[in-house]
Amino acid sequence: MSNRYVFIYASAMVVIVALVLSSAATLLRPLQERNMRIEKMQNILAAINIPAPRAEAETLFDRYVTTTKIVNSLGEELEGDAFEVELQDENRKDIADRQLPVFIAEVDGEVFYIVPLRGNGLWGPIWGYVGLQSDLVTIAGANFDHASETPGLGAEIADREFQEQFPGKRIFDEAGNFRPVRVIKGRAAPDDPHAVDGISGGTITSNGVTNMLRDGLKVYQSYFEKIRTS
Amino acid sequence: MSETTNSKTQKEPLFSKKNQKLLSNPLNKDNPITVQVLGICSVLAITVQMKTSLVMAISVVAVMGSANLIISLLRKGIPPRIRIIVQLTVIAALVILVDQILKAFVYDVSRQLSVFVGLIITNCIIMGRLEAFALNNKPWPSFLDGIGNAAGYAWVLLAVGFFRELLGSGTLFGYQMIPNVFYEFGYENNGFMILPPMALITVGVIIWVHRSRERDLVDIS
Repeated sequence: MSNRYVFIYASAMVVIVALVLSSAATLLRPLQERNMRIEKMQNILAAINIPAPRAEAETLFDRYVTTTKIVNSLGEELEGDAFEVELQDENRKDIADRQLPVFIAEVDGEVFYIVPLRGNGLWGPIWGYVGLQSDLVTIAGANFDHASETPGLGAEIADREFQEQFPGKRIFDEAGNFRPVRVIKGRAAPDDPHAVDGISGGTITSNGVTNMLRDGLKVYQSYFEKIRTS
Repeated sequence: MSETTNSKTQKEPLFSKKNQKLLSNPLNKDNPITVQVLGICSVLAITVQMKTSLVMAISVVAVMGSANLIISLLRKGIPPRIRIIVQLTVIAALVILVDQILKAFVYDVSRQLSVFVGLIITNCIIMGRLEAFALNNKPWPSFLDGIGNAAGYAWVLLAVGFFRELLGSGTLFGYQMIPNVFYEFGYENNGFMILPPMALITVGVIIWVHRSRERDLVDIS
C-alpha cells in the first residue's frame, strides 16, 4: 500500500466521520438545548427550595417565577430576556457593561429574588443561584454546581449538605454594608450570619465559592438598594 | 480448524456452534474483566448506582458491537500502518454519537456519567477486540464477538452496581429495597460501598467466586 493510498484513506475517513458527527449534532441540538433549559429552571427553583422534577420543571417555573429582568450595575433595567443571558460572557465584560439577570419569584405571597453566579473552582468553572428573601438581605436558599471539581472533595459544593447551610445567612451586616457569606476553612462560628463551613480537602473550591458570592452579588448592590428604597 | 474450511464451501448457519461460542465465551471463561482484567477503571467509577451501570453497559454494547462490525467491514482496505488510528477514529466517532444521544434523551444520566462516556474511547476492551478479532474476521462473527465481550463487561458492571447500590444506599434503580423496619432496628447503609475502592473489592470478590467455580482459570504456576 503506497503512501498515497494511506493519505487518501485517512482524508476520506476524516471527512466522512466529520459529516456523520456534525449532522448528528445538528439533529440532536434542539433536544439537548431543551434539556439544558429545564436544568437551568430546576436550578433556579432549587435556589428558593422548590424541588422540581424534570417533567414538571417548566410548569413549576412558569407558576412561581413571575418576572425576569436584566439590570446593569447601576440598578437600571435593560431590555432583553434574562433567561438567555450567559454569565460566562458577561463576566468577561467591564462591570458597567454587564447584563445582570434577576429572576423574581412569588411563592404563597412571598417574594424572592434569585440571582445567578459564576466563578472558578480548582479545575474549572463553578456556578450557582442564590435566592434572597424580599428584604434582599437574608438568603432563602442556594444552589451550586461545578464542571469538574474533585468528587468527594470540591465537588461537594453540589451536595445538599453544603447548600443547606445557606438559608438564613445574610449578605449585608447590621449597618447595611455589603458583607457576603464566606466559606470558612474548617468550622464557621454557628452564630456568624456571614459564614458557612468549608469543605475539608476542598479549600480552593471553597474559596472559589467565597469569591463567586462576593463578586457575583457585589454588582447587584445598586439594584437591591433601589428595590429596598422604593 | 475443519470448521473454517467447511464454511468456505457451504454456508455457515448464523448461530453455528462457533458463533455461539463467540457470544458465550466472554461471558464466562474469557470474560474481559474477571479473566483478562481489562477495562476495570470504568467499573470503579460508575457502579455506585444500577441506573448509571445499566446505561454505561448499554452504551458499551452499542459502541463495541458497531465498532467491531465497522472495522471488520473495512478490514481489507485499512492500511496496516495507520490501523490503530483508524480504529481510534471509529471508536471515538461512535462514542461521541452515544454521548450526544444520551444528552438528548437521558440528560440526567448523561450528567452523572459525565466524563466516563467519553472515556469509553480509552476502554481497553474495545481496542483489544478490534486488534485481536475484527481485523481478521468476517463482519458477522466480529459483531457477535463485540456484543459478547461487551455483554461480559456489562454483567460484571451490573453485578457490582447491584451490590454497591443495595448495600451502600439500600436502593435498586432508585427504589428503596431495605424495608424501613430494618432501619428502625439500627441497620445502617454502608457508606463505604459508595466509595470507588469498594468497587475494586467487589470486583475482587466476583473474580474469586468465578475462579473457585472454574478451576482451570486458576494459574498453576
